[in-house]
Amino acid sequence: MNDRMEPVVSVRDLRVWYGTERGAVRAVDGVSFDLLPGETLGLVGESGCGKSTLGRGLLGMLPEGAQTDGEIRFKGENLRTVSRSRLRDMRGPELGMIFQEPLTRLNPLMRISEHFEEALRAHTPGISKDTVERAALEVLGLMGIPPTRYRSYPHEFSGGMRQRLMIGLALVFRPAFVVADEPTTALDVLVEAQIIRILHDLRREFDTSLLLITHNLGIIAEACDRVAVMYAGKIVEVGEARQVFRDPQHPYTRELLRSTISLSTTGLNYIPGAPPDLTDPPPGCHFHPRCPDAMRVCEELDPIDQELSGGQRVECWLHGPDHLIGVDGRDRLRVREELSVADEA
Amino acid sequence: MVSRAGSLPRYMLQRLLLVIPMLFILLTLVFLIMRVAPGDPVSATVGGQLREEELERRRAALGFDRPLIVQYLDYLGDVARLDFGTTITDDQPIMNIVKENGGATLTLTVAAFAVALFLGVVFGLIAGRFRDSAGDVVIRLLGIATYAAPVFYTGILVKMLFAGNLGWLPPNRATSGFTESDVDEHTHILLVDALWQGETEAVVDILEHLVLPAATLGIFICGIFVRLIRVNVLQTLQADYVEAARARGVRESKVMRSHAFRNALVPVVTIIGLQVALLLSGAVLTERTFEWPGIGSELVRYITLRDYTAVQGIITMFAVVVVVISILVDIVIAIIDPRVRY
Ligand SMILES: Nc1ncnc2c1ncn2[C@@H]1O[C@H](COP(=O)(O)OP(=O)(O)O)[C@@H](O)[C@H]1O
Ligand SMILES: [Mg+2]
Repeated sequence: MNDRMEPVVSVRDLRVWYGTERGAVRAVDGVSFDLLPGETLGLVGESGCGKSTLGRGLLGMLPEGAQTDGEIRFKGENLRTVSRSRLRDMRGPELGMIFQEPLTRLNPLMRISEHFEEALRAHTPGISKDTVERAALEVLGLMGIPPTRYRSYPHEFSGGMRQRLMIGLALVFRPAFVVADEPTTALDVLVEAQIIRILHDLRREFDTSLLLITHNLGIIAEACDRVAVMYAGKIVEVGEARQVFRDPQHPYTRELLRSTISLSTTGLNYIPGAPPDLTDPPPGCHFHPRCPDAMRVCEELDPIDQELSGGQRVECWLHGPDHLIGVDGRDRLRVREELSVADEA
Repeated sequence: MVSRAGSLPRYMLQRLLLVIPMLFILLTLVFLIMRVAPGDPVSATVGGQLREEELERRRAALGFDRPLIVQYLDYLGDVARLDFGTTITDDQPIMNIVKENGGATLTLTVAAFAVALFLGVVFGLIAGRFRDSAGDVVIRLLGIATYAAPVFYTGILVKMLFAGNLGWLPPNRATSGFTESDVDEHTHILLVDALWQGETEAVVDILEHLVLPAATLGIFICGIFVRLIRVNVLQTLQADYVEAARARGVRESKVMRSHAFRNALVPVVTIIGLQVALLLSGAVLTERTFEWPGIGSELVRYITLRDYTAVQGIITMFAVVVVVISILVDIVIAIIDPRVRY
């Protein structure tokens, strides 16, 4: 990707929190990133770290009671503050969303054709059925759905086909930005590969920028240009997917990669402990209680976004800035054995 | 993938075959209930007025001296031939009563059903769309109140108000009397005949008489529709596919029209089968309250005459109607909702 290209989406210090009885759940806690035209950015992290909240927050699709702060710049507008009607007009033609469970995302009483007609008519009132059909069949063809199925009902399709229909319904508008929230989690492995290939081929056909949320690192390697690693509401590392996989700079990324099952690993690694309670995250770096490399400074100060020579960005005190780390700031908090004992207790 | 070809006809056939066991059970119940009552039909009807020998003779003539099982099989056989028996008191075939008074009952029930559906859809959609608003609360309370209030109570209230105090509408009967003589009978449904013959004055007269009883009966059964539609609208508005539609920029008004409305109608159609029973029982009381010349009025008349065979015949006919309609409803649902047809 060309660094000088204007980003399609530019997120700055985005915060999303849910009001609950126990206090505010800070599900997205100061996130910044850019997405270039036609680029696919993978978003990984353990479940509950705020991936869906971030994805929905970008499109203004948060449940009632969620509050936001920060900036989501998209084509000169701030999506976080635009009016509801403006946002509605942009959803479809400019912004798309693909959900996790394809089985429940189509109205069982409506034919596929009616779904396409409804969507396109929402933005082009009076568009003819023929025009809709032509546009729909073109995109469905790319998804591998035969034209004969255009007038079928949702229940006549398998889960994988329904997800392709959902993708088709999002892409028929050729939107500039699509969020896909774990689009393959509910599907079996073979179908997953198929869907991922379709998403991967997207940019050639549609020039759509994609935020692909997943907890499957294999998918990232396969389909993403860049990857952002999220932990407890923050993006802790972001960079070229291959680069991050080869040379992870944040201890969390490293542990996450180590805990992935692969043929070359022997035995199962896992990260001890559990992600923090987002109503009351630990001070300093949210990961420090589980981090094997944690230093004194990590529990005292929030880590600062650092750009590394390889182009990666990482929020971790191991990478400085040195002038902010006090005299004994680099003292280890613990040795590995203590950690496991603490974990057992 | 499920093959679609031929599955709807097969489903219809299955449903139609279900008529047999359903009717069998219902008819058996009707027969048993009628026979559990003490005494025999003849002495119940005319006992005390005639000598024992004469009663004996009549029992024999009507077949009540035969063993119960024979009477039962005979009853089933008659119903299979759509023969619902003959009244004891005035020797009328039940089928005649159906022909003469069925039109009035049909007019009333269809009109009441239309009223109920209209009220149910309008208030159900409003209550569902604006959940927990003042309007929603009022609608929910009214839904319960109208269902709980006896039909004759509501009937007398609307009569007092619209026919009595305001004097806008006629209180009783199906016509003003002149109408019957103006309209030739073809279908035995006065409204249809009058429309067919272009008798505007008669049509207006019939409709004026229809308003209060149809509204009373409609209000009685609309509560269930309101609640059902409200719940379904609520569910649909939270459905995943509605969120997906919103994610494509579909407007809320369009969501209401094409998703909420359509999906809410499926369960409504589903309970129509059950509602028919309520509708018929409500119709009996409504007809009585408004002196409406339908089958229900006849039923009440025969009950006061203690005419067992008439009551049994009319109730049997009602049972057949309920079964047939509920089967038809199943088939209609299968046509509306493609998922049913497996
Ligand atoms: N509607 C909500 N109300 C309150 N808390 C929520 C809500 N949705 C999500 N959360 C909380 O926000 C955090 C992030 O959730 P989510 O974005 O779904 O994570 P992920 O998609 O990474 O699994 C979790 O702690 C979750 O419990
Ligand atoms: Mg999620």
